Amino acid sequence: MEKQTVNVNINGVDCEVLAGQNVLEACRSVGVEIPYFCYHPNLQVAGSCRMCLIYTGMPARDRATGELLKNDDGTVKIAFAPKPSIACGTKVAEGMHIITNSKEVENCRKAVIEFLLLNHPLDCPICDKAGECKLQEYAHKYGNAESRFVENKNVKPKRVEVAGKIIMDSERCIECSRCIRFCREFIGRDIFGFTKRGSKTEISVYPGGDNDSNYLLNVVDGCPVGALTEKAFRFQMRTWFLKATKSICAESSAGVNTRVWSREGKIYRITPRRNQAVNETWMSDSGRYIYRRFEQKNRLSVPRIDSSPCELQYAIDRCMEIMKLGNIAIVANAWQTVEEQFVIAELAKACGAKVHMVSHLGEDDGKLVSADRTPNMRGAFVTGLVKEYPKADLRGLAESVRAGEVKTVLCFREDLNDLGFEPKDFKAANIIYCGALENSTSQIAKICVPMRGEFEKYGMWINRQFRIQRFEKAVEAPKDTISDISFLLTVLRDVSKQSFAMPSISEVRKRMCAEIPALKGCENVGDEGKLIDASAFADIDFPESDAMHYTKKNPQTEASARESETK
Amino acid sequence: MAIVVERKSPTLLERTYLPQIVSGLFITFKNIFKPRVTLQYPDQPPVLPKGYRGAPTLVRDSEGREKCVSCQLCEFVCPSKAIRVTPGEISPDSPYAYIEKAPKEFKIDMSRCIFCGMCEEACPEKAIVLQNEFSINAATRAGLVRNKQALYAAGGVMPDRIKKWKKVKDNSEFGRKH
Amino acid sequence: MDAFILNFSNFAILADAAEVAPACPTACEFALNILLKVVFSLVCVVVVMSFAGLSVVAERKVCAYIQGRYGPNRTAIPIVVAIPILGNFLKKNGLMQLVADGLKFLLKEDPLPAHVNKFWYMIAPVMALSPVLIAACVIPFGVYWTDGGVMAPLAVANFDVSLLFALAIGALGVYGAIMAGWSSNSKFPYMGGMRASAQVISYELAMGLSVLSVVLMVGTNANVDSPLSMFEIGKAQSGLWFCITQPVAALIFLIALFAETNRLPFDMAESETDLVSGFHTEYGSFKFGLFFVGEYGHMVVGSSLFITLFLGAWNPFPGFVWPESWGWISSALSLLTFLVKIAAMLFFFIWVRWTLPRFRYDQVMRIGWKAMVPLALLNFVAYLVFVSI
Repeated sequence: MEKQTVNVNINGVDCEVLAGQNVLEACRSVGVEIPYFCYHPNLQVAGSCRMCLIYTGMPARDRATGELLKNDDGTVKIAFAPKPSIACGTKVAEGMHIITNSKEVENCRKAVIEFLLLNHPLDCPICDKAGECKLQEYAHKYGNAESRFVENKNVKPKRVEVAGKIIMDSERCIECSRCIRFCREFIGRDIFGFTKRGSKTEISVYPGGDNDSNYLLNVVDGCPVGALTEKAFRFQMRTWFLKATKSICAESSAGVNTRVWSREGKIYRITPRRNQAVNETWMSDSGRYIYRRFEQKNRLSVPRIDSSPCELQYAIDRCMEIMKLGNIAIVANAWQTVEEQFVIAELAKACGAKVHMVSHLGEDDGKLVSADRTPNMRGAFVTGLVKEYPKADLRGLAESVRAGEVKTVLCFREDLNDLGFEPKDFKAANIIYCGALENSTSQIAKICVPMRGEFEKYGMWINRQFRIQRFEKAVEAPKDTISDISFLLTVLRDVSKQSFAMPSISEVRKRMCAEIPALKGCENVGDEGKLIDASAFADIDFPESDAMHYTKKNPQTEASARESETK
Repeated sequence: MAIVVERKSPTLLERTYLPQIVSGLFITFKNIFKPRVTLQYPDQPPVLPKGYRGAPTLVRDSEGREKCVSCQLCEFVCPSKAIRVTPGEISPDSPYAYIEKAPKEFKIDMSRCIFCGMCEEACPEKAIVLQNEFSINAATRAGLVRNKQALYAAGGVMPDRIKKWKKVKDNSEFGRKH
Repeated sequence: MDAFILNFSNFAILADAAEVAPACPTACEFALNILLKVVFSLVCVVVVMSFAGLSVVAERKVCAYIQGRYGPNRTAIPIVVAIPILGNFLKKNGLMQLVADGLKFLLKEDPLPAHVNKFWYMIAPVMALSPVLIAACVIPFGVYWTDGGVMAPLAVANFDVSLLFALAIGALGVYGAIMAGWSSNSKFPYMGGMRASAQVISYELAMGLSVLSVVLMVGTNANVDSPLSMFEIGKAQSGLWFCITQPVAALIFLIALFAETNRLPFDMAESETDLVSGFHTEYGSFKFGLFFVGEYGHMVVGSSLFITLFLGAWNPFPGFVWPESWGWISSALSLLTFLVKIAAMLFFFIWVRWTLPRFRYDQVMRIGWKAMVPLALLNFVAYLVFVSI
């Protein structure tokens, strides 16, 4: 489908932009930035901040004949609007002239900033938004150094807690109404609203009632100023210390694109990353805190053999010795990356082991938390670890352990105790537990190898749309842990005598993409990810129900349509 | 255009160096009888100039309120990474609750500090000030890390001309505490 | 090479001298004689060493004064410093610093690097210091009159070729530097040692030539049968001193002396700016201390040589001698004169060091071979012509 374009003139330069866009997006697409507060690409246009004022004009026509009028020098005469208009609320049209850099536009912005700052408390030193605050940025660019305001500033409610997870400060609010629109349009319920009038307008919350939602914290990301701040992140760390890493949310198979903000190896918060085809600009509140899983308390960080701590290398050596005995079963999981699953498949082939997997299901909210609570079950299908959607029990494996058919179980992350194993089964076979977290299996496993969590490694996951997405390492793993891929490659080299030229993730990725047809050309997927061919899995019954940018029947069409829209 | 200056060729006497050596010896000999310029440090205290940059300290305002709001700009700007601030919240019961933020812990590693004064320059609250203390010593490395208490003890009170956080407006008309 | 040849011929002469010496009548007197010589030697060593030590303090103090500082004035020995006036005097003048420095050399750990040639490495510091002390025994520190009214020198050993002996043995000191440089098995010491040897060879020539004209002057006097004796040279300066009659020779000898003693501006062997610490880079503790004292001992002996040759030896002023009629007072005064002159020379050494910058190595060589040697030769020939006329 060919996109329709229109020709416009931006600041004297002729450009071709998509038809139907507003002026703000059109200007941004050719690299002309227009400041704005209230506009949001995924919310309806409100036009309340007036920061994006620009001048527009169309070629003048003779009212009688409809012919184009010319200037004295022969050029087309442009009839500019007598007053500025808002870029977010104006659609581009053929022949439109747009001026964003004139003295008048500059004066408009200065005036708007001066009004916005009249009652602003100017408490950047204590504001959590400082550093990523639009008001701060534009005040720096367009604001006056000295205030002309001599009256007393308005006093509004501060430090108001909303739904136990947001702190609201009305004095900082610039009444852009992004939060109001988000709740109305995405959550589908009014939570925020304006009260009072004129300069005393305040942002407030509906009194009483249930104001909570699993998507409420998106208003914090959306708030262009520090009026709404996250309670959990309040006064934790200034934003300029934080390093943002592109990551993928591990909460469910929705594959929400995220940014992980860390400093000195500690994660402070997770925010959504824009991907119009997956999560637009949103993410669930529950997904923001999954990094807490890997905090010190539950973290498995010491290798153990028979419950006594040992050296990491010794534990790995013992694993390989046990693996040599044969009769192995592997319990893989869907938190593992595609690369790791590929190596597990190789390993299973090399030592004749059967791979078992377990499903983790939850409630599907129809938005960005899907029923499958693992991020990479599709990857297991693509790499061939499973042929049909697994169930949440391993009784079959427990049976074969009792029968003596399986002597060694290499278990990744899953808790066997919950899945049909009984304590005596742990005596019957050698259980090797590899995972980042402690659970009841790790307590009694024969060998316990600490692994790295999702935030401590590189890799790719395939989400419910069969979109392969890349995530980066955000923080360093504790010492005495080994990444799944290194562990698997070490074992594989020992078991099968086949080795990779370079035991690195990029080497594995290269070979995987060469060997699996569906993954052809996926060595370097971009930030938006890449849809892969899923026709082979069309008849598998996946548990997810229809949700944002996902239809159960035909995930690919819906997703690719969204993708082309973004482009 | 560059001007080439011809170098004067030395005379025979100059080429022997002897007159120069003798005059040099004469100069150094004269110096022997000039007054000494050494400051006898522990006995004679040095005169510190105005604006001297000694140890960084935290100061309080005239009400005894800690000025620091733990914005961590000093930590950011510190070129030697000597400052480490742990931000904290002022409890709602405090008379200064409206300031909301104060450091929970504030540590300056004096063994890392290079006394550049950038923290003082960056501070939006004039809360960190380099004062006159220049002889900083401790028996251990850990002893050179000053915590919040020590920094306030060294800083004392430094009143402001403008009381930035003082709310002059009578809020009772709105029926709000703040 | 030069030093070597002189050295060998010297020993031959020494052996001859021993043979012709009259035998002592009794064993008792013989033993007493030996004992006296030992005591004199010890006194001589003590004098040289204490001058060396004091010159260390003087070095630091004079340097400080020239640079507008106080120099060492804080080191104090607990009980000594409590003595009313003396304690403060010692402290203020840095004399207790001297003790502290000495103790530091003694008490520090004495490391032996693994990569050195052990034997030569150990022997090098000894080699640097011992020639200085040996050479000191022929220096006439003063005069006395025997019962027969014959003038005799206050020296441990007085023989006909004492000047040659002193020059030869004194020049041996450089072997310490060469051995240290070589045995350290490390590049900077090696370069330091090489520089020291090259420098000594270059300047020894000019020095020898300048001495020759003095010896010639003494030798033209029919009354003197051994012009190479330092005592005779001293005696010859009862009238005008040789620095007045032989100014060029005196200047050449003085400059060569600086080079021989490795003092700035001829500090090539040590040259901290380019060679870390020169030949003793690998040395520490007591072994370094020996080098250190050796350098200052060298200065003391070198000064004595210069005083004897050009500065009128024990005579107080040109044209004035301590009269024989004053007996032992004259002797004491002559000794005092000599010591004062040594002190003045040491001051001069220090003074020059803190005034002039170090020469570059090629400059040192150029001055040595292109200026000093021809000048010394010319001076000698001119004087030869003058004498023969």
